[in-house]
Amino acid sequence: MVLLGKKIGMTRIYDKGKSVPVTVIQAGPCSVTQIKTDETDGYNAVQVGYDDVKPSRCKKPAEGHAKKAGTTSKAFIRELRLDSPADCQLGDTITVDAFADIKFVDVVGTSKGKGYAGVMKRHGFGGFPASHGCERKHRAPGSISSFASDAGHGGNLKKGKRMAGRMGGDKITSRNHDLIGIDAEKSILIVKGAVPGCSGGYVVIKKSKKN
Amino acid sequence: MKTALLDSVEKKSLKSELPYFEVGDIVDVHCRIVEGERTRVQIFTGTVIARSGRGTNETFTVRRIVNDEGVERKFPIHSPNVADVKPIRSGRTRRAKLYFLRERSGKSVKLAQRRTKHTSGK
Repeated sequence: MVLLGKKIGMTRIYDKGKSVPVTVIQAGPCSVTQIKTDETDGYNAVQVGYDDVKPSRCKKPAEGHAKKAGTTSKAFIRELRLDSPADCQLGDTITVDAFADIKFVDVVGTSKGKGYAGVMKRHGFGGFPASHGCERKHRAPGSISSFASDAGHGGNLKKGKRMAGRMGGDKITSRNHDLIGIDAEKSILIVKGAVPGCSGGYVVIKKSKKN
Repeated sequence: MKTALLDSVEKKSLKSELPYFEVGDIVDVHCRIVEGERTRVQIFTGTVIARSGRGTNETFTVRRIVNDEGVERKFPIHSPNVADVKPIRSGRTRRAKLYFLRERSGKSVKLAQRRTKHTSGK
């Protein structure tokens, strides 16, 4: 059970007197572009595509791939691994109706890029005091290891030491969002809480294990 | 397109009729308060000093002086817990946000009354 979509934005709705933060996702209609099976590919999966590409912008191989499924070339293609062969046909359309009985969903997206970020922002380090004699190191990481300590073996840093660096732009899964509403006419999913990525970004919506 | 979809989601949560008041007015805000099983209505009276946001996010700020201490409350205008907003006195203003009232105390907090009637709405 997978749907591809676009994050539209956030707003709030009122439910029984309470303000609920929601994200609006335009999901589907997606087409099944390929069905992978144990015999042919070594594993079972279903590949779906979303969002049409302008015909003049299509790449020939992508066009051919879509043609096999009898659809148009898609901008956003993802596949979902399955335990058993998929029970759908090539070229099938998946709409938000597939999520009609579902209470919780997982949303996968690409987080917003933050550029080169320091340790306080990137890893939540505490930093140093603003005053009390603290000079020029208010947001510094502090000592990263001692010579020949357990943390750094003989002057080497321990692998995976958290430091400053490129932050964001990662694939993020945020789990167990309440699925508050479905609008089949506009193919909209209304999901409680914030979802990774910017408005207009592509997201994958899956059924949660929590259901 | 984007805002149209958001608006369609917000639509159900919007009040069909909003009480009419302007920035500078002194209003009675009737807020519903839930105490366990019971709900009762509490009235907060003060000057509207700002209105901001759009759609379900629209809010207004009401300022009043209690025991020589300024108190401000921000209400989401579409919240079901804001039962009613009743203007009791109009105030003449030349700006949309009356944050300058925060620096004022005593008599100077009062705004002159508007001569003209409300231009639209009821």
